[in-house]
Amino acid sequence: MKAKGKVFKYGANVDTDVIIPARYLNTADPLELAGHCMEDIDKTFVNRVKPGDMIVAGPNFGCGSSREHAPIAIKASGISCVIAPSFARIFYRNAINMGLAILESAEASAAVNDGDELEVDFDSGLIRNLTVRQTYQANPFPEFIKRIIAADGLVGYIRRK
Amino acid sequence: MAMTMTQKILAAHAELERVHAGQLIEARLDLVLGNDITTPPALTVFDQIGSNDVFDREKVVLVPDHFTPNKDIKSAEACAKIRRFARTYDLTHYYEQGEPGMGVEHVILPENGLVAPGDAIIGADSHTCTYGALGAFATGVGSTDLACAMATGQTWFRVPAAINFVLEGQLQPGVTGKDLILHLIGLIGVDGALYQSMEFTGPGVATLSMAERLTICNMAIEAGGKNGIFPVDGKTLAYIEMYAPDRFAKKQYAIFAADDDADYVRTIVVDLAKVPLTVSFPHLPENTRVVGSFDKIPIDQVVVGSCTNGRLEDMRVAAQYLKGRKVAKGLRLIILPGSQRVWRESLKEGLFEIFVDAGAVVSAPTCGPCLGGHMGVLAKGERCVSTTNRNFVGRMGHPQSEVYLAGVPVACASAVKGYIAGPADLD
Repeated sequence: MKAKGKVFKYGANVDTDVIIPARYLNTADPLELAGHCMEDIDKTFVNRVKPGDMIVAGPNFGCGSSREHAPIAIKASGISCVIAPSFARIFYRNAINMGLAILESAEASAAVNDGDELEVDFDSGLIRNLTVRQTYQANPFPEFIKRIIAADGLVGYIRRK
Repeated sequence: MAMTMTQKILAAHAELERVHAGQLIEARLDLVLGNDITTPPALTVFDQIGSNDVFDREKVVLVPDHFTPNKDIKSAEACAKIRRFARTYDLTHYYEQGEPGMGVEHVILPENGLVAPGDAIIGADSHTCTYGALGAFATGVGSTDLACAMATGQTWFRVPAAINFVLEGQLQPGVTGKDLILHLIGLIGVDGALYQSMEFTGPGVATLSMAERLTICNMAIEAGGKNGIFPVDGKTLAYIEMYAPDRFAKKQYAIFAADDDADYVRTIVVDLAKVPLTVSFPHLPENTRVVGSFDKIPIDQVVVGSCTNGRLEDMRVAAQYLKGRKVAKGLRLIILPGSQRVWRESLKEGLFEIFVDAGAVVSAPTCGPCLGGHMGVLAKGERCVSTTNRNFVGRMGHPQSEVYLAGVPVACASAVKGYIAGPADLD
């Protein structure tokens, strides 16, 4: 499984309140949530993001609330993958359950710039930066996580089983 | 191999003799919790995975507390969906606004006797870690995990490593458990305990009230922690005897203690007497400052309450500082008792008269303002001192508003002065 897209770069501790502010949590509709994704730190995100694009950020991505609406909003906005040195633990679990690919790589987080084009191979964990011709190695997913992501999340995975 | 307190509880719930940090286990759950934001998506998942019943109607707890009393039509529809589900499956612990046991989820679960030492609990709310105060393992999850646990009574965990916070001595008068946890988050950072347990040990534990322990464990997540946990002592058992008399009488609880040679990734010794009055500045709980070390910061609103500081003890402390004083002109003080029980007790003790005389508004129990939902949303440029748990960008309203986290004494002193102040600044 591979993904290719442009990078939206953010800093450390991107919290769930900026990923999807609580004022929009009176719905769980993915497209409605996607319409407000990242709006408190980047008002232009929703207008610029294209299917396949990626978020690269600093450590502790997704800290804060347990709202599954956060990975839902990111995924529904078209983001194919989030790369960060570390993820908050509830977000990590929710992202996998929602079938949103996430990779831990301090190297990529440090080297990648906003707007770079990346190609990510989820089988090998290899991240290729097509803009500056660099490669970074992240830990690949174990088999069962790959199957969850391929099944579009835990529900699809359980139903396939 | 020696185990931490958390590891022992997890081992017992996985029917294993021992577990080690990093191990993946499947564990039996004693309680599964959802609220009005996280439950509706869980109910969709519950249907999608083909469930036709909950694992135990006594152990699935649904508390519509965030956007209630319903703030708009969509919230009302979400709550209606939860209500239908609760009726369909005849859930014992579904709470309606105004019922005697209703309130903010993490205030009412311990008060309603639903938590006891040794329990393993998950909740689709990040502050589920609150219950570690009672010597239970409790952690937050998302809606999909909630749905699967409602159906099966089980979930998987990666066994966490732990940080040992050895508490010594006693807090200074006026300094609270809230100051301690803010101080510790400032020390280790918002990801300082990522994927780990925060275990509180040492002789200082005995000096902390149960309300303070609940406040401290509540904010373990703000340091990235998987859970916070206190050892079980006389205060814990007295609390269980009062709030869970049946379980206490039948000894339906289990006391686990860390092995003396348990392995911790880090040990931090804390002299409680040196913990200062602490405020977390925008926009992260780790941005801590000591009260008195900064210039006057004028504020527009103060909120006292929430799952962090909405217990009866917090109301009593608020009354202690507000009695005979007035809220600063032009400032809004909103006080939210955390549950119907806290509300009734506060009323009985005459605390509301003190609050209202001071110029505060007393609200129904709700999470509302803490997450910028309703009942106290901030405008652009406004500043709020709040006894809640998060001060992220836009947390309580406009993205350009500011939240300063503090304990009840600092919040009340600030409400009186109109700027961020400590009890010593009061006349």
